[in-house]
Amino acid sequence: MIENFDMSLVDWSRAQFALTAMYHWIFVPLTLGLAFIIAIMETIYVKTGNPEWKKITKFWMTLFGINFAIGVATGIILEFEFGTNWSNYSWFVGDIFGAPLAVEGIMAFFMESTFIAVMFFGWNKVSKKFHLISTWLVAVGSNLSALWILVANGWMQNPVGMKFNPDTARNEMVNFWDVLFSPTAINKFLHTISSAYTLAAVFVIGVSAWYLLKKLNVTVAKKSIVVAAVFGLITSLFTVMTGDNSAREIVRDQPMKFAAMEGLYDGSKGAGLVAIGVMSSSSESGNDNMMDFHFKLEIPNLLSYMAYMDGDAFVAGVNDVINGYTDNDGVIHPPVATKIEMGRKAIHALKNYKQAQKDKNDALAQSSLNELNENFKYFGYGYFDDPYNIVPPISITFYSFHIMVGLGMWFLLLFTLALLFVYKESIVSKKWFLRSAIWNIPLAYVASQSGWIVAEMGRQPWVIQDLMPTLTAVSNIDTTSVQITFFLFLIVFTGLLIAEIKIMLKQIKLGPNHGGH
Amino acid sequence: MFENLSHLALQQYWWVIDSLLGSILVFLMFVQGGQTLIYRLGKSDEERTLLINALGRKWEFTFTTLVTFGGAMFASFPLFYSTSFGGAYWVWMAILFCFIIQAVAYEFRSKPSNVWGAKTFEVFLFINGLLGTILIGTAVGTFFNGAEFTVNELNQSKWANPYGGLEAVLNLHNVALGLTVFFLARLLGSLYFMNSIEHEAIFNRSKKQLLYCGIPFLVVFLFFAIRLLVMDGFAVDAETGVVSMEAYKYLHNFLAMPLVLILFLAGVVLVLFGLIKSYLAEKYTRGIWFTGGGTILVVFALFLLAGFNHTAFYPSNADLQSSLTIQNASSSHYTLTAMSYVSLMVPFVIAYIVWAWRAINNKKLDLEELRSEDHLY
Repeated sequence: MIENFDMSLVDWSRAQFALTAMYHWIFVPLTLGLAFIIAIMETIYVKTGNPEWKKITKFWMTLFGINFAIGVATGIILEFEFGTNWSNYSWFVGDIFGAPLAVEGIMAFFMESTFIAVMFFGWNKVSKKFHLISTWLVAVGSNLSALWILVANGWMQNPVGMKFNPDTARNEMVNFWDVLFSPTAINKFLHTISSAYTLAAVFVIGVSAWYLLKKLNVTVAKKSIVVAAVFGLITSLFTVMTGDNSAREIVRDQPMKFAAMEGLYDGSKGAGLVAIGVMSSSSESGNDNMMDFHFKLEIPNLLSYMAYMDGDAFVAGVNDVINGYTDNDGVIHPPVATKIEMGRKAIHALKNYKQAQKDKNDALAQSSLNELNENFKYFGYGYFDDPYNIVPPISITFYSFHIMVGLGMWFLLLFTLALLFVYKESIVSKKWFLRSAIWNIPLAYVASQSGWIVAEMGRQPWVIQDLMPTLTAVSNIDTTSVQITFFLFLIVFTGLLIAEIKIMLKQIKLGPNHGGH
Repeated sequence: MFENLSHLALQQYWWVIDSLLGSILVFLMFVQGGQTLIYRLGKSDEERTLLINALGRKWEFTFTTLVTFGGAMFASFPLFYSTSFGGAYWVWMAILFCFIIQAVAYEFRSKPSNVWGAKTFEVFLFINGLLGTILIGTAVGTFFNGAEFTVNELNQSKWANPYGGLEAVLNLHNVALGLTVFFLARLLGSLYFMNSIEHEAIFNRSKKQLLYCGIPFLVVFLFFAIRLLVMDGFAVDAETGVVSMEAYKYLHNFLAMPLVLILFLAGVVLVLFGLIKSYLAEKYTRGIWFTGGGTILVVFALFLLAGFNHTAFYPSNADLQSSLTIQNASSSHYTLTAMSYVSLMVPFVIAYIVWAWRAINNKKLDLEELRSEDHLY
């Protein structure tokens, strides 16, 4: 089956989507977090009437505006790429996936774009209170837009609230609330936005640290650090908490992804968590996705505890998922070979059903429909030949997960130290801390991007878990077209990124006493 | 409430909503039209900055409406989304690139150290205004003239040629619609400047553009409209769903739906009234509301013409029976119902947009305000 697909088209389509999504995600987390930090700063200004806080608010607002624009530019692509590059996907699940995108536009984008105008141009035209409400609404609007797209993404990881309709050959929504309030979607939203807030807090602390090192804008910098450190400490704790919940979701709904995150090939009871591990470039299994460990440092029983809140629980590894296993709730997960067989039956039954309809053969249509319904759960497996086709790239998933978690913990320490030094009024003299705070800015971006790599690479080869493999989701276009647009995006986005970084650096150098131009 | 409506009623409701979004989008393209006039109307850096800042406070609404229009089409007619976007790849990619470069151009243009220079970002704005409007108009032209795709029994689509939709520019009628949108956007842009900027020279230059752009606009619009009335259209048999060509189909649609005809004619009158009064009167600044309102009515009527009265709104020239109708391309009854409840928020959204706009646009933009502004485009 797999040989029927143009893998080069699939790979280039994936590369283009990854490129545009990763560029988009450079800008979005800062927008999401900075919006709230600005709103908090302006609230302090309105409460205290201290013009210093207005100056601080306006300074961070300038950086917000630069970042917001490029986030918008890179965002439009993602919405339309579902159609241009993933048209089969757009039909197969468009009945469910399209709705959150439309709601995002109606509920969130207009709120953002309306009140952002008031936020930037309304200082001398509307009352302080009106302006403050507008700033908060920009923060709420930008986060609402994140909600809807993350609901859509969460649904792809754990499809719920839908039913396959053989007449239209697509999945159709049967319960909007199941889609919206799916635990996977909620966790994904909370984890993603709290990590974005953390990134923004690291950014504000890093920029402020630079001012303190240069002995510039000291008051602005100190006040900004206080707001960002408190905000960052709360949000990073929340990130850890939601990440923990996410892990428990993943082990239940995407056990292969969980095994890949931990590099767990053979599951066991009381499984240990790999705290540090280095993978070798060879694979005993001969599968390029399944590299062996060079060395690893394990914390006994922790993985079982993380997955099931029980240190002795059984955690399935890659080979268990492939060969079938019984989980801790007694649920039997059949071997992948069986799922492939069932998936093929489902695909075959759908074809027979369509043909029977054409031939007006009601009896065959009904029997085909029954067979389809019996096997539909594993529909997507029918496109694979080898059970090991469903193994994601383990090295990249493993490393990304560990980098994300390690840096997340490190940021907790960073915020705690920042607060401690500010409280002791010694932050200006802690040069080592200030220098490291600056270097934490790129690390925050690395952590943020790693999170998405875990989410998206770890779920391969699925675009919709168990139902639709990535390779069947692509548009029927020629590979050359996608190659050309890939490089066009690369050139345009890189050009814009260079301009953005230079503009940001210049604005930071000019500081809050400059009007922005 | 909505759950009691038939599937067809919901499909029609969503076609109306999408048509409304499309027509508001065309009105808001005054931003794009204005972008193509920056060098025509602004003779100094300061004047150009004034023009760009007047547009810069509105560009996001056009952008957001475009994104919402795309999202709404995806949610309500996903087969159109997958077929057109996945097939007319190059047309949609070209449109998207036009909008990517617009989004940053405003924010980056006047910022120090912007690497590529203010001029580059002004060129981005011009490209967006020129190609964005023409390409969108040309793409919508295929709603009447058809496109080259096939759809199989699993509703998977494939483009029938390797040109990815670019072949649409070979059809004069499509291009006429593209040029109509372009000249209309320039007219709306001129009217917007006359309405929102306090600057005599810019006002007078904008007024001249009403004539310079008005004449070619009328030529291409009349060509498009007359040809539309006399051409064959894509009719759908209500019983069997079979698509066939029907002579004078769109004229028949007008006659079968007199309300749509009235909307269309009223729109044309309003467009012309706004243009003529603004050109002839000495200091008339409210033309944008008449021409803008008229634009919404005309475009709205054209969308209804394309999708209602048993018509294929996205016809296929490659395989007539692959043509898309509001019935075979739509989402399920459940999804349309859920989305219809969401659509009830639209009046609320419009209300807060108007409220916020009024609060910050209570006076025209002038050089004095520009000089005191600390957030400049």
